[in-house]
Amino acid sequence: MFRRFLLSLALGATLALGTGAALAQDAFIVVQSTTSTQNSGLFDHILPMFEDKTGIDVRVVAVGTGQAIKNAANGDGDVLFVHAKPAEEKFVAEGHGVTRFDVMYNDFVIVGPPDDPAGVAGTRDVVAALTKIAGTQAPFASRGDDSGTNKAELRLWKGAGIDVQAASGGWYRETGSGMGATLNTGTAMGAYIMTDRATWIAFGNKGNYGIVVEGDPKMFNQYGIILVNPEKHPSVKAGAGQAFIDWVLSDEGQAAIAGYEVDGQQLFFPNAGG
Amino acid sequence: MFSFGDIMAEALGLILTWDRDLSEIVLLSLRVTLTAVAISCLIGLPLGAVVGAFRFRGRGTVTVLLNALMGLPPVVVGLFVYLMLSNAGPLGILGLLYTPTAMIIAQTILVTPIVAALTKQVVEDLHGEYAEQFASFGLTARTRVTALLWDARYSLLTVALAGFGRAVAEVGAVLIVGGNINHVTRVMTTTIALETSKGNLELALALGVLLLGLAVIVNAGVMALRASAVRAAYA
Repeated sequence: MFRRFLLSLALGATLALGTGAALAQDAFIVVQSTTSTQNSGLFDHILPMFEDKTGIDVRVVAVGTGQAIKNAANGDGDVLFVHAKPAEEKFVAEGHGVTRFDVMYNDFVIVGPPDDPAGVAGTRDVVAALTKIAGTQAPFASRGDDSGTNKAELRLWKGAGIDVQAASGGWYRETGSGMGATLNTGTAMGAYIMTDRATWIAFGNKGNYGIVVEGDPKMFNQYGIILVNPEKHPSVKAGAGQAFIDWVLSDEGQAAIAGYEVDGQQLFFPNAGG
Repeated sequence: MFSFGDIMAEALGLILTWDRDLSEIVLLSLRVTLTAVAISCLIGLPLGAVVGAFRFRGRGTVTVLLNALMGLPPVVVGLFVYLMLSNAGPLGILGLLYTPTAMIIAQTILVTPIVAALTKQVVEDLHGEYAEQFASFGLTARTRVTALLWDARYSLLTVALAGFGRAVAEVGAVLIVGGNINHVTRVMTTTIALETSKGNLELALALGVLLLGLAVIVNAGVMALRASAVRAAYA
């Protein structure tokens, strides 16, 4: 009797799984992307335009760039849309992606508390600013999550010749979380934080913080888009995924990105053409 | 900075300006969690009853295992289910990753040990009282289990509610296997996490108040059901 019960349970589960698989055939693609594009509201602005035009539903999984790349390398996604050029090029070189295209850029900024304990406000030279922060041992909150922002930040520390791992747990604090969570934590502990400008402008819990360092060409933040390789991952919806990439790179898609503003400020600058 | 008045006003505002997106999120939360709890009960109640009512070799091990699994971290369950359902994993072919079904699977794994372990305890206590009668009537194993589960049904409702509480409140597992995709796999807890990361703390807390309200409604509903069943039984 119990065996029959278990049998019917297994049958039910198989049926449920079967319908799930059938539903998955609908016209949608999964885009592995980053928290900055999602939290800033960019996707909410541009995706409906693409969906209206093509009928293809775009499902965004917004995680750190490191995790997004790993998920895509597992074949769990059709398109990768992130911001860590060296890691993206490695992804393509390893055969996981077809081709990488530039999409848009913005820049990183360092935000800090009004009393500015390291005295870096108004500095343009990011390396000088980081050197001062390390010199005064002013608290600095890092993502510490292998995201695009985290990778860029670590490159800058390396450029300044500062070993932040030695200070980790002291003035250098790795939150191991997303940009928003790190901003929440960092602003509460009076730490300096490096963030992409888009997330900062759209962030709702700024407190009395403001931008202290900006404008250094080293803080350039380039976004790229890649179709996950269907030859390596047969589940990839190459047609629909390529249609999305083509649209993002088209004049229409680029104009949609340029047209997204928060508080009258443009958050992302399209540069697919060059 | 923040006052509870502001948060309650925000929560009230959410309810007053109730829109389709919010309905979608609330309904998906309920659908995923209630389905997971139902499946967990289908597996956990008989399993717990068998372990509670019978002596067999390895019973102690099973009990320890069930009790230990009650403490499974949701993130670990999420990762495990992700690795199973990933296209690089053994069940990738089913195409279930980033669907509500994946979230139901994860929550079922999370809740089943809770239902089974608590059921085991309830049934074991009851079995102590019934053992002699069962022996004198010479009942079959199946009749015993059915009788125990039926007579313990009111306590088992609380067991199911404990499972519901665990599932409806967790965010770690559904975030990983669902992906928090807007209009597809976004539930209340993942929305709260998202709004927190956007720095919209009042909105996030207001959603938390709403989630608590939902849990109160479900619990009150189950208690009302129980009360009317008790009345009917003794009428």
